[in-house]
Amino acid sequence: MPDESTAPTPPAAEVPGELPRDRLLDAYRFMVLARTMDERCLTLQRQGRIGFYVPLQGQEAAQVGCALALAPSDWIFPAYRELAVALVRGISPKLLLDQFIGNSGDEMKGRQMPNHYGYRRFNYVTASSPVGTQITHAVGAAMAAQRRKDPIVTVCFFGDGTTSSNDFHAGLNFAGVFRTPTIFFCQNNRYAISLPLERQTHSPNLAVKATAYGFPGVVVDGMDVVSVHTAVAEARARALAGEGPTLIEAQVYRLGPHSTSDDPRRYRSDAELAEWKAKDPLARLKHDLLAQGLLEESADAGLWEAARAEVTKALAEAEATPPITPESIFDDVYASRPPALEEQRVECLRLLQEGILKP
Amino acid sequence: MTDLTLVQAVNRALHEALSTDPDVLILGEDVGVNGGVFRATEGLQKEFGSERVIDTPLSETGIVGAAVGMALYGLKPVAEIQFLDFIYPAFDQIVSEVAKFRYRSGGQYPCHVVIRTPYGGGIKGGLYHSQSSEAYFAHTAGLKVIVPSNPADAKGLLLTAIHDEDPVLFLEPKRIYRSVTGEVPDGDHRVPFGQAATVREGSDVSVFAYGAMLPQAVQAAEALSSEGVQAEVIDLRSLVPLDEKAVLASVEKTGRAVIVHEAPRFCGYGAELAALLAEKALYSLKAPVARVTGFDTPFPYALEHVYLPNAERIAHAVRTTARAS
Ligand SMILES: Cc1ncc(C[n+]2csc(CCOP(=O)(O)OP(=O)(O)O)c2C)c(N)n1
Repeated sequence: MPDESTAPTPPAAEVPGELPRDRLLDAYRFMVLARTMDERCLTLQRQGRIGFYVPLQGQEAAQVGCALALAPSDWIFPAYRELAVALVRGISPKLLLDQFIGNSGDEMKGRQMPNHYGYRRFNYVTASSPVGTQITHAVGAAMAAQRRKDPIVTVCFFGDGTTSSNDFHAGLNFAGVFRTPTIFFCQNNRYAISLPLERQTHSPNLAVKATAYGFPGVVVDGMDVVSVHTAVAEARARALAGEGPTLIEAQVYRLGPHSTSDDPRRYRSDAELAEWKAKDPLARLKHDLLAQGLLEESADAGLWEAARAEVTKALAEAEATPPITPESIFDDVYASRPPALEEQRVECLRLLQEGILKP
Repeated sequence: MTDLTLVQAVNRALHEALSTDPDVLILGEDVGVNGGVFRATEGLQKEFGSERVIDTPLSETGIVGAAVGMALYGLKPVAEIQFLDFIYPAFDQIVSEVAKFRYRSGGQYPCHVVIRTPYGGGIKGGLYHSQSSEAYFAHTAGLKVIVPSNPADAKGLLLTAIHDEDPVLFLEPKRIYRSVTGEVPDGDHRVPFGQAATVREGSDVSVFAYGAMLPQAVQAAEALSSEGVQAEVIDLRSLVPLDEKAVLASVEKTGRAVIVHEAPRFCGYGAELAALLAEKALYSLKAPVARVTGFDTPFPYALEHVYLPNAERIAHAVRTTARAS
């Protein structure tokens, strides 16, 4: 199973088109790992072992299909729900669990809520919470890549609700004007917390919005990993050919709550949920793999078992990783600490020593 | 050395940075073909091309957001916001993203963006072409906030900003863009951050000011000199990081302080200075700290001259402070 060393390498995505048959099983393994880790994290939150969690269930095919169509040199600007994208990039469960716990292995140094992470070496930019702000960043980074003549694309992830934000408009408008090599990957999971899509837009769909910005928008079945992969590979090829950005609307469904603080029964029916559960992207891909002879039932059980073992091992390691030192909150505010902040650090250390603050 | 106005000095700093560092680029509204509505970027697009001096769509969110992306990628974008009054659409980008990227990524993603913008009153600009809202930004950890008051500092501080590792909000006092000329060193002239300048020495009262208030404070100090009051005028230049040492040393010497800014008084930058003096120089003080500031109203149009602190009002406060015991 993928960790930093053994993660399957993304394909040479310069060639647009279908996910090759031999990559389908890789896609499925990533989806199984993401689902397994997601379920574990929900449990960890209930047990109080992590503080908060944002689940992705229902969106695995969209995320894996997209991420497998990218090259490692492409820059990703995620929101907070992109666990499967992170896993495909090769960011290990241990590294992610360190972040969720906020221990000394957390490269965000315990500063962010769970799900808000990023790793420069994976070209996976650190997310923030305000929705949409990453959209203009992805466009600016694409302008920079154009200037440096780097053959890469930038890809940003956001939800249907975020299409109402001002950064969505600003970002897509800039991208159109400057024809940036950017893929706007919208996972339309039908809800922004409690609000259904009809409260975000009166447009017939979200992809149509691209028309107004002067570039293509495509709707794709986000429950189908192959369709998503094809759409992203085509958008990427267009971007690299200098033909500009694409908005992709992957139609998915959030099977779980918005976050561990949310109770979706307040705003959607059991019947609706049941209808979408029947379209579970993992079940669908498994069915296809079995039909094509790429997977056996017994091998499937083995995949789930391996994923559980991997997550269990990563969790044990993450929970054994020492906590973060309290005075680290004064680092990285600026490149070097200004005198007034150094004074506060010294004051904080004294309060800790005197036991007035607890580490 | 060349004699330049403040806005010309800004232009020369940008020219120097564009000439010496291929990663520097400029983006904003009307900065290219038009050379900026105040002409700060005059001639730069012609010389460096439209890929480095970029006319953008009319969106402050877009300008700052795109600059963030460029900075993350390794470029050194200098974004122009046409007036500080119009920066608010980008407030989220500045406060949530620019200021926090380094911190929230555990140091992985420095976000070195320079945002230059003309600020302040005195040009009959009414509510929306006059504001002095530095306190919003000085309150935000992760940003540096710089305000030059003369041509040489404008160039030197802007070049320091462009080559700094941290994001900088660079506030240009548009009222004195052309009213003062001064000698400006040629080439890569740099003025360090975090160092106030003593513009005029004096033993009786310390006057702290910055930007367009500086000439007013100097004028007040000179007028008072004939009355036998010697005011020391300190140009803060760098609001964040603040040169605490210079502020404290001056007040330890004079025992009296007058703080001047255009911005409204309540929670203005002067409140921070007054608190600093209360915390660290109380026993040196011989008189209450005085603040000469804009009033706590929106910025008025027809009565701008009533609102905006001037040399007479500053002199009045300094005189009162000098005599208080
Ligand atoms: C600017 C801003 N406003 C409000 C919130 C609180 N909030 C967090 S997620 C969310 C809904 C986002 O919905 P959507 O874009 O559809 O993405 P999803 O969560 O469904 O993946 C809201 C309102 C926020 N994070 N940022």
